[in-house]
Amino acid sequence: MAYAVCRAKNNILRTVLDAFLTLPLVLPPTVAGFFLLYIFGVYRPIGSLLARMGVKLVFSWQATVLAATVIALPLMYRSAKAAFTQVDPLLLQAARTLGLSETAIVFRILFPLASPGLMSGGILAFSRGLGEFGATAMIAGNIAGVTRTMPLAIYSSVSGGRMEEAYRYVIVLVLISFLFVCVLNFVSDARSKKYRPDDRRRT
Amino acid sequence: MSLRVDIRKRYKGFTLEVGFENGDGTLGILGASGSGKSLTLKCIAGLESPDEGVIVFNGRTLFDSAARIDLAPRERNVGYLFQNYALFPHMTVWENIAIAIRGRRAKDKAATVSALLERYGLAGFGDRYPAKLSGGQQQRVALARIFAYEPGILMLDEPFSALDAFLRENMQIELLRIISEYDGDVLLVTHSRDEVYRICDNLLIMDGGRIDTRGETKAVFADPGNVRAARITGCKNTSRIRKLSEHRLLATDWGMELETTRAIAADHTHIGVRAHDFSVTRGKGAGVQNEIAVSAEHAVEGPFDKTVLFRVADDADRAREIIRWICDRNEDIANVRRLFLDGDDILLLRGGSERDK
Repeated sequence: MAYAVCRAKNNILRTVLDAFLTLPLVLPPTVAGFFLLYIFGVYRPIGSLLARMGVKLVFSWQATVLAATVIALPLMYRSAKAAFTQVDPLLLQAARTLGLSETAIVFRILFPLASPGLMSGGILAFSRGLGEFGATAMIAGNIAGVTRTMPLAIYSSVSGGRMEEAYRYVIVLVLISFLFVCVLNFVSDARSKKYRPDDRRRT
Repeated sequence: MSLRVDIRKRYKGFTLEVGFENGDGTLGILGASGSGKSLTLKCIAGLESPDEGVIVFNGRTLFDSAARIDLAPRERNVGYLFQNYALFPHMTVWENIAIAIRGRRAKDKAATVSALLERYGLAGFGDRYPAKLSGGQQQRVALARIFAYEPGILMLDEPFSALDAFLRENMQIELLRIISEYDGDVLLVTHSRDEVYRICDNLLIMDGGRIDTRGETKAVFADPGNVRAARITGCKNTSRIRKLSEHRLLATDWGMELETTRAIAADHTHIGVRAHDFSVTRGKGAGVQNEIAVSAEHAVEGPFDKTVLFRVADDADRAREIIRWICDRNEDIANVRRLFLDGDDILLLRGGSERDK
């Protein structure tokens, strides 16, 4: 998606698309949740269409996925965009003169070169999705065993005075996030070290 | 082998307008930065689209604005050596070369890559990443990659500018060897007159998006024709003139009368003298000899020679232009009172250029 926006030739279209994709990042999550509810509500066109197909999205576990995705998307999108624009355009030109097709250029040159940025975007988006609260509460509610995500569970525990339970959730959440970030940092480091100039050999 | 280019491309405040044909041999495009020489290469490669015109290579139309033909770069069969080589940093030397192999040679890719590595002195470097290679090695990888692609035309964009002086010299010699073994066309873009002189049979001089002068390289250096071309081919001294007779002129900026071997035409408005062409002794040639009384002002010593700045001797109020003379660094300039200049070595120049006619 980010690649498509980067390549869009029309300036106005690019700006509008860019703003649209970034919007969930700057809006309060509850507003984003409100819009989702507005779009996918059972009495709305899209929502009722889905309902007729037997899919009731609102207040289901799928709704938590939808909320997390919409909220995390801008982080992924912006990191990917930055990663793509940082790839030296000369390398892409060189690839073109060497007879590579546009598809080959995207998969063999652009993606590998942008991969550190894509990965860090992935880390950010994942962590953000994991911690998503506001939009989830709006569109999926807080139904135990169905739509109660960890951040919501923590909220319920604390408001119900069950601090022990809250501690356990917090520890799990912190550990998962921490591990995830560490692993991905490690991976992207190892990848980029391979083709960065070796300082000792530089004179 | 033939290449015909006739294109125009307009930007704000800059217009590229070039037309040339190249038959056999290496064509050099010489020009200052911003003269449009790299842009010309990019248009031929298909990385930029001209506004209008035609590009035909070996009878195949690569670009024709009237017929709406604009082949993608990969359909043009051109090799482009970028200034910074543009090696793919995430691929090994081997992968960098292998990615350009296509068609019938794809079957025995491994053998082809090995042969190319061998040929460009890169045996054993196949699994290195470009960042761990020296500048010269990187350039050889870039060349090997281009030849893996087997282009019909090789375009070199300032190929030596990223190398230090020692490597540059070596790579120029190596490139001459590579070009002699290559049967496609070669276009070299550079701002270095030395490179052009050593490598190219024919020469275009570009200035402000247009072709200023064209011709056989040695002929252009011997007789640049106009002031701009003289300067870019390394002529350090130019002066306006007043014609006195068919072979006699007054160099008004320098305040001296000179005699030329060639007849002065009415539209010759300037002369140029290369800094090496002055001499402390009378030349042995049969041509006319000019004896100039001079006073040396200042000398800048280089590693192998000395640049002396001088004026005519009777120029008490220092109103005359300084003239540069490059001499042996052991020359004792304090005792130099006169210099000789062979009438053959005076370049008769027009103020304008070919395009102003």
